[in-house]
Amino acid sequence: MPAEALPTGVLRWMILGEWRAHPARVALGALAIAVGVALGFAVHLINTSALSEFSRAIAAVNGDADLQVRAVSARGFDEQLYPRVARLAGVAAVSPVVELTADLGGGPGDRLTLIGLDVLRAAAATPSLVGRGPAEVRFDEGSLFLSDAALRAGGHRVGDTVEVAAGGRPQPFRIVGDLPAAPDGQRIGVIDIAAAQWRFDRVGRLNRLDLKLAEGADPGAVRAAVSALLPPDAEIASPDSEVRQTDNLSRAYRVNLDMLALVALLTGAFLIYSAQSLSVARRRPQFALLQVLGADRRTILIQVLLESVAVGLLGAGLGLAIGLGLAQAALSLFGGDLGGGFFGNVRRPALTFSPGAAAVFGGLGLASALLGGLAPARQAVGAPPAVALKNLGDAVDPRRTPPLVPALGLLVAGALCALLPPVGGLPLFGYVSIALILGGGIAGVPWLARALLSPAQRLAPGAPSLRLALNRLWGAPSQAAVALCGIVASTSLMIAMAVMVTSFRSSVDDWLLQVFPADIYLTYRGDGDGFDEPVRRAMTAAPGVAGIAFLRTTSLRLSAERPPPALVARPDPGGSLPLVGGRASGPPPGLTPVWLSEPAARIYGHRPGDRLLLPLVDPATDKATTAFVMGVWRDYARQQGSIVLEQADYVRLTGDRLVNEAAVDLDPGAAPGAVVARLRAALPERLAGRTLITESRALRALSLRIFDRSFAITYLLEAIAILVGLAGVTATMSAQTLARIKEFGMLRHVGVLRRQIAAMLAAEGALLGAVGGVAGIGLGLAMSQVLIHVVNPQSFHWTMETHLPLSLFAGVAGALIGVSAIAALMTGRRAISQAAVDAVREDW
Amino acid sequence: MTSPLLSITSLSKSVPGGRVLFRGLDLALAPGEFVAVTGESGVGKSTLLNLVAGLDLPDSGTVTFDGVALGDLGEDGRTRLRRDRIGFVFQAFHVLPHLSLAQNVSLPLMLQRRPAREAADQGRRMLDLVGLGDRGDDYPNQLSGGELQRVAIARALVHRPALILADEPTGNLDAETAARVLDLFAAHVREAGAATLLVTHSKVAAACADRTVKLTPAGLVGNDAG
Repeated sequence: MPAEALPTGVLRWMILGEWRAHPARVALGALAIAVGVALGFAVHLINTSALSEFSRAIAAVNGDADLQVRAVSARGFDEQLYPRVARLAGVAAVSPVVELTADLGGGPGDRLTLIGLDVLRAAAATPSLVGRGPAEVRFDEGSLFLSDAALRAGGHRVGDTVEVAAGGRPQPFRIVGDLPAAPDGQRIGVIDIAAAQWRFDRVGRLNRLDLKLAEGADPGAVRAAVSALLPPDAEIASPDSEVRQTDNLSRAYRVNLDMLALVALLTGAFLIYSAQSLSVARRRPQFALLQVLGADRRTILIQVLLESVAVGLLGAGLGLAIGLGLAQAALSLFGGDLGGGFFGNVRRPALTFSPGAAAVFGGLGLASALLGGLAPARQAVGAPPAVALKNLGDAVDPRRTPPLVPALGLLVAGALCALLPPVGGLPLFGYVSIALILGGGIAGVPWLARALLSPAQRLAPGAPSLRLALNRLWGAPSQAAVALCGIVASTSLMIAMAVMVTSFRSSVDDWLLQVFPADIYLTYRGDGDGFDEPVRRAMTAAPGVAGIAFLRTTSLRLSAERPPPALVARPDPGGSLPLVGGRASGPPPGLTPVWLSEPAARIYGHRPGDRLLLPLVDPATDKATTAFVMGVWRDYARQQGSIVLEQADYVRLTGDRLVNEAAVDLDPGAAPGAVVARLRAALPERLAGRTLITESRALRALSLRIFDRSFAITYLLEAIAILVGLAGVTATMSAQTLARIKEFGMLRHVGVLRRQIAAMLAAEGALLGAVGGVAGIGLGLAMSQVLIHVVNPQSFHWTMETHLPLSLFAGVAGALIGVSAIAALMTGRRAISQAAVDAVREDW
Repeated sequence: MTSPLLSITSLSKSVPGGRVLFRGLDLALAPGEFVAVTGESGVGKSTLLNLVAGLDLPDSGTVTFDGVALGDLGEDGRTRLRRDRIGFVFQAFHVLPHLSLAQNVSLPLMLQRRPAREAADQGRRMLDLVGLGDRGDDYPNQLSGGELQRVAIARALVHRPALILADEPTGNLDAETAARVLDLFAAHVREAGAATLLVTHSKVAAACADRTVKLTPAGLVGNDAG
């Protein structure tokens, strides 16, 4: 500690004195930081908890294999692969697996993962998948082992005979035991592999090989050896690939929520900045006095920074506690995906506390507070003590045009950052760009205030109150900026999100009209079955049906690290899909034409005219199929991507003639409800219960409802950010009114009526709100373009057209003007009190 | 003697805690008369100015301005009276930092809703009179304390008030500057024919007045013309 530094006792006294004098301002700064920390921490906790629950679920189904070979599609791969892998050096055991989604007891609510395995092989490779039960029935092909959750879900008991349906084939099994190693909540059934293949039409096909490596074997070498053996329809994967895939899929959604948390943190930083700026301006003579008394500049700097740090600590601590509670509440109310729908049928996860994340988010809160306090701390020691001691007021020179260059510099840097590519699949530079644009915009507020108010000021309106208000804002635009920075930050980020969400929603709405042009849609929701030829004939013949287009949707794994994209076979893809961008002519002879969705094109890096290797064995060449990308189409339904090909090509490549979706056009005048009933009647019983028949209007409405639900949380967070921002305006105005009390006192002396002072304050507030509204909406629009054209394509791989929520703009501007005027009036009570009159006196 | 411009009769005032500042105070100011009020700190000199200006109300007694009792005027009436007939000079100048010097000086005219051009011209003329004629477009941050007080004096006189209330106008200035400002102040108020009530600790300042009274809790002492 330097000799000139103040004793800690004096420091504490100075800081506490300031806090006691202005507790509301301290509380507001801390609250804003707390909101940011709470949101970020809660989103992180919810996702970590959901992901760990999901990885438990995946681990339960995969057993404890060291390495896996997996089929790229639900059709599986040829079982001949199994003996070849088993013979490889370094492989201690291989367990072949058939994996199916099945229904227990008939109802779709009783869904479970059904695993067919060879008990002896599994005992060596994945012992956790081996059931517990009497030895004599263990190898029986009618035996079924169920996990505790599966038993409980259906109210079944060991010894019961149940019907298990998979691929549209119901089969009787007797429950002979349970699966003690299956984790709580996981619905799993295990049967003999031969039974799985015979009874569910999987003869000669496998879905998985679970490998146990020999002790001391080099995993890399075994991997390479296995890879060399793999046919196009199988791939190598480590058991945690699926967890990583889901992590990748939900990561972008999470990043968006994290961004909202950062919004709150930034708003908090700006609120602390404005509170500290005002407090420092007011205390400048106090700091000068301390310096005159012998404190060095560093001590003063530290005092002001310590004040910010204390507010930051308070906010961060509060935020972590709120975040924990918020995460707990959200998990029990919405489950693990916050409405995003990424975790499938995983049960509600339990909260997993993460001390590392607590440190990170607490640290972020503290850093925001420190950031907000830095500039005011430098101001505190900026002025020479002799000048500051005189307290001649701010060194304002209204003739100086507020600088524009720093603001422009930041804005240009922000625009340049927006052009940079993603980092590790995340739009990090997009966020940097948004932060720079925000910083540039706020730095430009004084200039903007001057530019906006100059014409009005030149007009010199007759009402003295309006003239005084205009003169004051025109003459002291930096003070306006201090009052506005918090609300400009929160408004602009809210507008940016709102423009993005409106654009997204409008684009989804347009897209829904394009992709669902038919009147009625049928989707079979199950594996291994669908509408065969007789069913198709019956459906086509249903009265009221003018025409039906049949589709086959399945999935095809292109990479072990990514969720498998959907493979859609349909008639006339080129003519029916909503294509975006250019399209290729072709295809060259011998290549299969495909149309990629935007996410598929971006994830796998293909453009129209590119060639693409599909893991489907072409019977003509007996090799993997080379496809030719004809065009890219808009698909908001599948974030993992989708590949569309001609139905005839699909049948040629796979031999699979089933279809599982249908788009029905109605005869003119046919009643949709009646046709739905007839179509349902045309379906055989095994399909009817599993087929979703929806009118396209209902489908569109449902899609938009799901969309709105998944964005509900963002609306909530935006509202919180705005409220905190508005509270910030009120607090800052109240502080500025207090600082200007002598000015009001003088005006009362020279004959300004109380109501004229009130009108002047209201006019100042309204003008301030108008400037804030223009700045916030303008900045928000700029940032929305980064969200729409950079952040969204880089995180979700799809594009959208900008749609402006004009009524929201009007509402926000009106609310800002109104609330600022009211806030100014409320804080103005002091301005018209006797205290103002007395404040002009230097001596009693 | 002509009828007084300002007449204070049996004025009493106590502070919110109950302490009596003064009781039974009487004072009269003829038009154009310059009276200095001295007294110890805390005796209520500034309160007296507030009562005279109608910014505060007495516990008892009356303040009459040009034959009208302030108590009968209502708040808006008192405000208009200040706007049209009274000028103020403060110890701490109180010029608005975001207004130019010309705007600061013409503020009272602006409040009277005089045409902008007329107000500006008159403001500049007043600045010229206090020796700052070429500084009309400057802003207060460029001025010294003495210059700021000259601006304040120009502002107090610009609308030709009948009464100037000055509260320690040289209290923030060095002796030399104070003397110059005081001379300027006295010369201008006399030239304008305004009556002046000057509250001050300074004997030099009080010496400019036609007469000096001392405020004590018992009332005004030396109030020979009162």
